[in-house]
Amino acid sequence: MNTTARPLAIGRLRIDHGVFIVVSRLVAVTAIVVVLAILSPYFLTWSNFINVLRHAALQFMMASGLTLVVLTGGIDLSIGAVLGLAACLSASLISTGSETIGIVFALIAGLAAGAANGVLVTYGRIPAFIATYGMLWIAHGLGYVFMKGEVIYGLPQAFRWIGAGFVGPIPAPVIVAVVLFVVLHVMLHRTVLGRSIYAIGGNPSAARLSGMPVKRRLIAVYAMSGLLSGLAALVVIARLNAADSSLGEDLLLAAIAAVCLGGTSLFGGVGGIAGTAIGSIILALVVNGMNLLGVQTFWQNGVMGAIILASVLADQLAGPRLLGRR
Amino acid sequence: MSAAAHPQLIARSTARARNAPGALYLLATMVVALTLFTPDFFSVANLTNVLLQVAVLTIVALGMTLVILTEGIDLSLGPVLGLCGVAASMIVVAGYPLPVAIVAALAIGSAFGLLNGSLVAIAGMPPFIVTLGAFGIAQSLATVLTGGNSVTPLPEYYRWFNAGVFLGIPVPIWATIVLFGLTWLLLYRTKFGRYVFAIGGNKQALKLAGTRVSLYHVLVYVYAGALTAVASFIMTARMNAAHPTIGVGIEFDAIAAVILGGTSFEKGRGSIAGTVVGALAVGVLRNGLNLLGVSAEWQVAIVGVVIIGAVALDSLRGFNT
Repeated sequence: MNTTARPLAIGRLRIDHGVFIVVSRLVAVTAIVVVLAILSPYFLTWSNFINVLRHAALQFMMASGLTLVVLTGGIDLSIGAVLGLAACLSASLISTGSETIGIVFALIAGLAAGAANGVLVTYGRIPAFIATYGMLWIAHGLGYVFMKGEVIYGLPQAFRWIGAGFVGPIPAPVIVAVVLFVVLHVMLHRTVLGRSIYAIGGNPSAARLSGMPVKRRLIAVYAMSGLLSGLAALVVIARLNAADSSLGEDLLLAAIAAVCLGGTSLFGGVGGIAGTAIGSIILALVVNGMNLLGVQTFWQNGVMGAIILASVLADQLAGPRLLGRR
Repeated sequence: MSAAAHPQLIARSTARARNAPGALYLLATMVVALTLFTPDFFSVANLTNVLLQVAVLTIVALGMTLVILTEGIDLSLGPVLGLCGVAASMIVVAGYPLPVAIVAALAIGSAFGLLNGSLVAIAGMPPFIVTLGAFGIAQSLATVLTGGNSVTPLPEYYRWFNAGVFLGIPVPIWATIVLFGLTWLLLYRTKFGRYVFAIGGNKQALKLAGTRVSLYHVLVYVYAGALTAVASFIMTARMNAAHPTIGVGIEFDAIAAVILGGTSFEKGRGSIAGTVVGALAVGVLRNGLNLLGVSAEWQVAIVGVVIIGAVALDSLRGFNT
């Protein structure tokens, strides 16, 4: 899963960083499942299981592009806002009958915003968090301008399959997420682009000095993050059967929480898409649990924030020591 | 101030002189253009209005400057402002005296600063991720406290924070002047201030020199949180109601003000005088867009473009290198 991890002796124990991440997350999942199974009779039902899976799939789609960016040592704070903008643009086209154009438009809008981020970070030499934070407000503003506070409701049944449909007993978004997972996993570990993502995150100077076209690779990564936001936008509006400009507002914190929970290092170079998949499942369980236990939705952003802080802090305290760095 | 610091100070002030024009030119251009194209801009009423609007932004941006000087960022200041405003208003509305509310707001602002600062300085976590986490927590707390509603009616005396006049000058402008003076003293006349520049300049060297950097680093975030708490009173008084979202986006304008003012994200370069000019530039930009009839939605996008443009220019002109 990660190239820099190596086993290190702690007392008599030898623990690999990847093993620490996997074990600690499995413990977390088990604990949540056991607690919820005891507290809520509804938790261990098939329909709830499907709910959790579907939520985890959406969560994963939003967090997967971010994972690539974080692996390079960057960050993309604009994903939620770009998703909102892409959702509004495509929903307005799709609801008026131009389905294909709407779908293409969502993907192009995401791709363009992501590529712009990449150019700003590389050629503009702007710190990633500030470039993408600016993009957050630009996309957000454009989304409001476009929608003028209105809500688009009612999308064609055929289009809605991608968000609300089923393949046998499995929800369509789950299939999309699994395909996406396989593609990204292979990309990260079997292609030049994937390997250079780890190389850039691990040591940007070394990557540049070894002749890698770092700037072009980074632009590709940010563009992919935007593209995946566009894809997620399609699934979200298909599921909701509606779109408004505030759609993406609360998605950023959750996506970052999924990446952090997945053990991908915010300093780049360590982690992977498998971790993010686990992180997405944990988040979906947490949200599901909050809903089942009747916790107000007002709490959700706070819980996401706390999860981000706690998981990064835990890895920070345990990780470097296990890795033998610092 | 030790003699050894003087060459650095001189170097710093020349750097400041080189950096200042960016925001100044922008401000001057906008003032001239708006005076020519809008009849209402250059009037005492409108200019006072601009200054009043800029007060909250300037106060938040002063704290943000210190944070950015340490190569950090504080994205949580907006929601923290909202939380402080909501908490203080609820205390006053519940019938407790004003000092209790002031202490509570300052405590909340400082507590978030302490949380952010500790995680950044001591645990070594990236500032944007720490403060983004705090963003979510503060936003949630404010919404939960009020159930998502506004806190009204505020007592009559509360309006003094925005509409009060003392010696012919409105209270928000007094607050800005006093807090600017305080921040200036802290930054240029105390050990704390020298560490602020030094942390951004070269934290590693400071650590190796055996300094207890972390304490000062934490205090930077605490100070930013406390300033935001003060700003929350002016903001609440202007709205004449406390809503959990009153602070939304203020951190973004503050970052824009700091960067337009010539403070860079690297190597501890910048000044609070520049930040005041930057805040005025952002304020005049928003005021001008209002006068020209540009909708609030477009303004959000335009300020986003301006902030990115400013940082890009800043780094392309090579001030950072």
